[in-house]
Amino acid sequence: MTDNPAYTREDLGQPPSLFGAYGSTVARSPRQPLVRIPQTLTEITGPANWDGLMGGAMADLTRQHSGQAQGQRIVVSGRVLDEGHRPVVNTVIEIWQANAAGRYIHKKDQWDAPLDPNFTGAGRVITDTEGRYRYVTVHPGAYPWGNHHNAWRPSHIHLSLLGPAFATRLVTQMYFPGDPLIPIDPIISAVAEPYRQRLVSRFDLATTEPNWALGYLFDIVLRGPAATPMEA
Amino acid sequence: MGQDNQSPELFGQTPWQTVGPFFHYGLPWKGGADLVGSSDLGARPELMPREHYLLNQPTVRGSIAGRPIEIVGQVFDAGGVPVSDAMIEIWQANAAGRYNSPDDAREHLPLDADFIGFGRSATEEDGGFRFNTILPGRTPGPGNSLQAAHIAVGVFGRGLLKRLVTRLYFEGEEGHDEDPILALVPPARRATLIAARVKGAPATYRFDIHLQGEHETVFFDC
Repeated sequence: MTDNPAYTREDLGQPPSLFGAYGSTVARSPRQPLVRIPQTLTEITGPANWDGLMGGAMADLTRQHSGQAQGQRIVVSGRVLDEGHRPVVNTVIEIWQANAAGRYIHKKDQWDAPLDPNFTGAGRVITDTEGRYRYVTVHPGAYPWGNHHNAWRPSHIHLSLLGPAFATRLVTQMYFPGDPLIPIDPIISAVAEPYRQRLVSRFDLATTEPNWALGYLFDIVLRGPAATPMEA
Repeated sequence: MGQDNQSPELFGQTPWQTVGPFFHYGLPWKGGADLVGSSDLGARPELMPREHYLLNQPTVRGSIAGRPIEIVGQVFDAGGVPVSDAMIEIWQANAAGRYNSPDDAREHLPLDADFIGFGRSATEEDGGFRFNTILPGRTPGPGNSLQAAHIAVGVFGRGLLKRLVTRLYFEGEEGHDEDPILALVPPARRATLIAARVKGAPATYRFDIHLQGEHETVFFDC
């Protein structure tokens, strides 16, 4: 085993833990500096047996119940890549989101918007040998939250990736192009410009399916691997 | 190759965003916090209508080598208030010190097919979490060093824009003095990383996580 880190560290596009405009970070972010550690075998390994761990693919969120989900049907596709542009194959993406009216199926989400009995909003896909993924869902609605007066979250889909190692973990949110709430959202604003656009999907006519669903592309880039001295 | 949604000159890591408060029907699956058995530890199905509890696949496991242990703890914020919408993940080696990962190539060490070594638990209303697992074996560190038995821990939640990473070591286990990672932690703060044995429950270790404040847990940049 080598002392070289196997994966890159955070880049400038990562948000800080403390971002005052997102009020909940104030009492929940550490004040002591992070202790920088080398990546040991612990950090450069990770699970790969997704079926055995959490279960198989759930790639169509619109057909998990007896009827079809309400709302604008969309296809979301893209690739999972590492920072060297190499595909991350056989990796799991967990998905969760609000329904078309902007309401989560969660019992603690009690704002005045309808629930859809035919939409849970939870899914899971595994990338193929080219790092590609694809799932079907409905366009999530915006919703209000209590961060400040008249605060509304832009439409977004939550995504969770493990990648090949403990060090490559990523949880993020995918946004939609042209959403007027994006520039005034404290959570996406925690990401410095010009990196916010990494969180915004792109409408794509080639991914759009005639008479059926709009298509969006969203590539996801995980950390590393870091360049070795020989490659440098 | 360019990206589907980014301009090529900005190609780089997708930024982290918080899990928010409503992740319970989408992330913690049934039994996610039970690495050795088939209980439903880890999920909180009471937070969703029953027909929307989709992450409910039963787990089937064979026998797993090692000393069974239970890890309990609570997550607290700066004011000592329990964090009821956090999520904890763990990653660990098996009893022989081998990771069930394609990147642990030490084939002379045994693998347990049914021990993946990855766990996930939502916190309860009192900020509490609980994992059933086995005590991990020791694993190699940088150079010729040997790490003490430990578990990698990730903390997520509403108000956490990105994961916080820490480590759990075990009170009474050998090797803390020579552990290459503990050596990087200021001595006065090392105690935040040592799970304490619980009196009267020899298989139980307590590991509280303080996000901020006087007892703030040591978090790592890895």
